[in-house]
Amino acid sequence: MADFLLAAAGLVLAAVALGLVRILRGPSDADCIMAAQLLGTGGIATLLLLAGAMSTPAAVDVALILALLAAFVSVAFVKGADSAKADGA
Amino acid sequence: MLDALTIVTVSAGAFFFLAGTVGLLRFPDALSRLHALTKADNLGLGLVVLGLLFQVEGPFAALKLIGVWLLALLAGATVTQLIALTARPGGRPE
Repeated sequence: MADFLLAAAGLVLAAVALGLVRILRGPSDADCIMAAQLLGTGGIATLLLLAGAMSTPAAVDVALILALLAAFVSVAFVKGADSAKADGA
Repeated sequence: MLDALTIVTVSAGAFFFLAGTVGLLRFPDALSRLHALTKADNLGLGLVVLGLLFQVEGPFAALKLIGVWLLALLAGATVTQLIALTARPGGRPE
């Protein structure tokens, strides 16, 4: 079972890493933050799968922190986009 | 039996992550890419957590996994609305 969970973790991580190509292509800022959002969610799934595969429950705590920080990233982006627009940039 | 359930649900979750990536790379405009992203967020992570629930021992560990998923759902739903407001063609409404 551990082997399967490890393989699934690798697959999810590879899929999400592939999605980072969107950051290179753009075109808008929103597309870049979407790829980062996918990386956040994929990272949570990978950590949960690793916690199951290697029986390290602490990895679930790391996943919880990542979920919190990934939410803050996008909120910070939207706040930044708003204030940039207010400055006329 | 429980292992088989885990394999089916975790595989389905990984498939949704793959679909989310493909959608993010292939869809033509920002809003449809956002649509693909939310599928990976909600279904992908949800199915992975569901699959792992069959493997944990004790109700506390299970509740923690569900807590992670609920936080990701709440954050994903909120953040997607915010990004969509920024990405919509007419810009953000006043």
